[in-house]
Amino acid sequence: MSASPDTPSDLSRRALLGRAAAAGLLATPAAGLLGACATSGSDDKKDDTQAKTNENPLGVVKDSPVEVVVFNGGFGEEYPKFDKQLVEQRHGLKVDLKFTQKIKTELQPRFSATPPDLINNAGADQMGNDVLANQNALVDLTPLLDAASWDDPNVKVKDTLAPGTIESGTLNGKPYALNYVYGVFGIWYDAALFEKNSWTPPKTFDEFFTLADKIKAAGIAPWVHAGKYPYYMGWPIMDWIHKLGGETQAKAIDNLEDGAWKTDVVKTVVTRVQEMVTKGYVLPGSEGLSHLQSQQSFLDGKAAFIPVGTWFESEMSSPSDPKDEREPAGGRKIPPTVKMTMLPVWDMTTSDKMPYGAARTYAAESWLVPAKAKNPNAGMEFLRAMLSKQGASKFSELTKAPTVVKGGADGVTGSTALTSINNVVKNVGSNTMIWRINDWYGDFFTGHQGPIGELMAGRSNPTKFMDEMQKLADKIKKDPNVKKQSR
Amino acid sequence: MRHGKYPFIAGFLAAPLALYVIFLISPYAQTVMNSFTNWGGFSNQAEYVGTENYARLLKDELFHAALWHNVFFLVALPLVTVTLALFFAFLLNVGGRGGRAGVRGVFGSGLYKVVFFFPQVLSVAIIVILWDALYRTDGQGLLNWLLIKIGLLDPLHPLQFTNNPTPFLGVPQVLWWLLIIVVWANVGFYLVLFSAAMQSIPKDIYEAAMLDGATRVHTFFRVTLPLLRDSVSVAWVYLGFLALDMFVWVFALTPQQGGPNHASEVFATVLFREAFTRGQFGYACAMGVAMAVFALLLGAVQLTATRRERIEF
Repeated sequence: MSASPDTPSDLSRRALLGRAAAAGLLATPAAGLLGACATSGSDDKKDDTQAKTNENPLGVVKDSPVEVVVFNGGFGEEYPKFDKQLVEQRHGLKVDLKFTQKIKTELQPRFSATPPDLINNAGADQMGNDVLANQNALVDLTPLLDAASWDDPNVKVKDTLAPGTIESGTLNGKPYALNYVYGVFGIWYDAALFEKNSWTPPKTFDEFFTLADKIKAAGIAPWVHAGKYPYYMGWPIMDWIHKLGGETQAKAIDNLEDGAWKTDVVKTVVTRVQEMVTKGYVLPGSEGLSHLQSQQSFLDGKAAFIPVGTWFESEMSSPSDPKDEREPAGGRKIPPTVKMTMLPVWDMTTSDKMPYGAARTYAAESWLVPAKAKNPNAGMEFLRAMLSKQGASKFSELTKAPTVVKGGADGVTGSTALTSINNVVKNVGSNTMIWRINDWYGDFFTGHQGPIGELMAGRSNPTKFMDEMQKLADKIKKDPNVKKQSR
Repeated sequence: MRHGKYPFIAGFLAAPLALYVIFLISPYAQTVMNSFTNWGGFSNQAEYVGTENYARLLKDELFHAALWHNVFFLVALPLVTVTLALFFAFLLNVGGRGGRAGVRGVFGSGLYKVVFFFPQVLSVAIIVILWDALYRTDGQGLLNWLLIKIGLLDPLHPLQFTNNPTPFLGVPQVLWWLLIIVVWANVGFYLVLFSAAMQSIPKDIYEAAMLDGATRVHTFFRVTLPLLRDSVSVAWVYLGFLALDMFVWVFALTPQQGGPNHASEVFATVLFREAFTRGQFGYACAMGVAMAVFALLLGAVQLTATRRERIEF
């Protein structure tokens, strides 16, 4: 090493190190502190793009380095490696692919200066997209959406996406996030158990109540939910509100309108849900169970219905984490006799605004390009490869989960659960229910769990619930630190 | 060589001092400076907002509720832990019937010491998993299952433990259930601490007391406790700091990480949410500063109040 001709002399190296350390000392406290001075020097982004062609609509620089950070949860590490090959083959990009479960812990400190070029912001330790958007920390993904798709230069990327995908990543009026995984929320039951007892899955709340008495008589709790995380119960409650009250009611709530939570629609829904609790149709103790514990209780035949999304089967067939206190005591296990089947939320009344079969589809698992990324175009190019037919079908093949690419769910079969999910999605048709409030306002997501938890624990009532939710919405509306959204 | 003394000492101190300044003092200083800005954590832009964050603290209902929950732990945790630890330590060391062998602990005290100390060797993660299984809220929870089996509990209404915000003696039940865990986890350590201190008290003092006909209760209050004043005082400060933290327990064992419905929020969970969920780092820094001042005051008051003359033996 020391023989190398371009090694600086000892003295100068030491001086250099000393100066660097001193600079570091001064710079560290200053970073992010004195806003006025700190901005200098950080916005000198070079405009090194190349000519934009059909092959290369984003003008990616050949052989340039790009850093991609992926959350390695249930979807594993195989699919990004495949997409990495795609961009390497086409542009020779040097992809530095990194995996972590600690997205926020590792990336938040890097955001103000040296963030990666593409982030899969997901998992328990994810950053709030609303927070990032409000601090102008993200790149507007419009160039990607308007670019030609990977497979067909005549079709734009945005035209290959399932309806609702772009909206689900839109914050402050701009598409800052691209959600990659497509899914649907519903209510699950065990078809085998129902056949054995010749029970018919209910299509209305009245049918559910009639059936619930029979289920209870058979020694099974009709309903179980992840009470430790009340937003799980928030899904069916919000969906029932949407189904009964239609888009007007949903928009009113999303837009934080005055009195949106104090309507007859909300009252009807909450009254019926409370009935489930007071009539003892909910597994005693549900209110303290984790998602995994409640799901295992369902699979063990202790309860007949549970509200979960598309991922239920894959989550419960993944290996347990023995260090996680949320695991069920005996680990996760799907008994071979269970035929997991998903239903859309049942009708609230005979006069719901939306017909039976309406369900909330969603796009989740967001991908972001940070505003301070060194090679943002290459980050978007990686996303474009993920949205190719090859990339999407590889993802579904590896993970058994559909993507937001149109027709991306078609190839996903192999179990009663997946078949029933496909049925629910097919039957939704144009009756998709949309909620944005949880993505728009982290405060709502945190706050709405209190009233729901209290309702499900039997410590609340419809009036109290509506008051608390309205108070929460009003508080967000009045908070000068929260940017308002609307649709 | 006298003239070279200070550079010589400074030479040794420079490196550790630099580390101390970089990794301890400078983050503190940064926190104080950040607390006067609206820094959001994800950009290098921040505006100076003066004392606005501190003014906000005074109006923040959640922060006030959290403060009172910390105060509850501040009072209850040292009180219960120290009392129990002293009681057990006394029994284990001098509580046995003094026979010919002189002063000794109750029968089997060696075993008890190990048993009581055991939680101290478990990592917090394991303790959390353990108690989560004990406190599980349905019929499959260990405590619920047991109580239902022996007929003390209606299977339709299992205990809700850390999921229950209804007040008991004016304090949400969830905090009492957490208190049990933290006391359980810490009593062993202070038992050993007090045991060591008790063993350094000369046996002749006890023997003299016994000859004078002192009962065990008398011995404890007239001899043991006064001679343990220093240890107890230190324990009180340590436990006080633990009570100001409580983050792990609340975060891991309560629904909604501070719930249900904010019934178990403490300083640290509110601060964590402001900074890492809501991206209000400036405001969170102000909370941190307030908390640090509070902790320093507490320590100062505690150490001053318990300062006494030391007995040499």
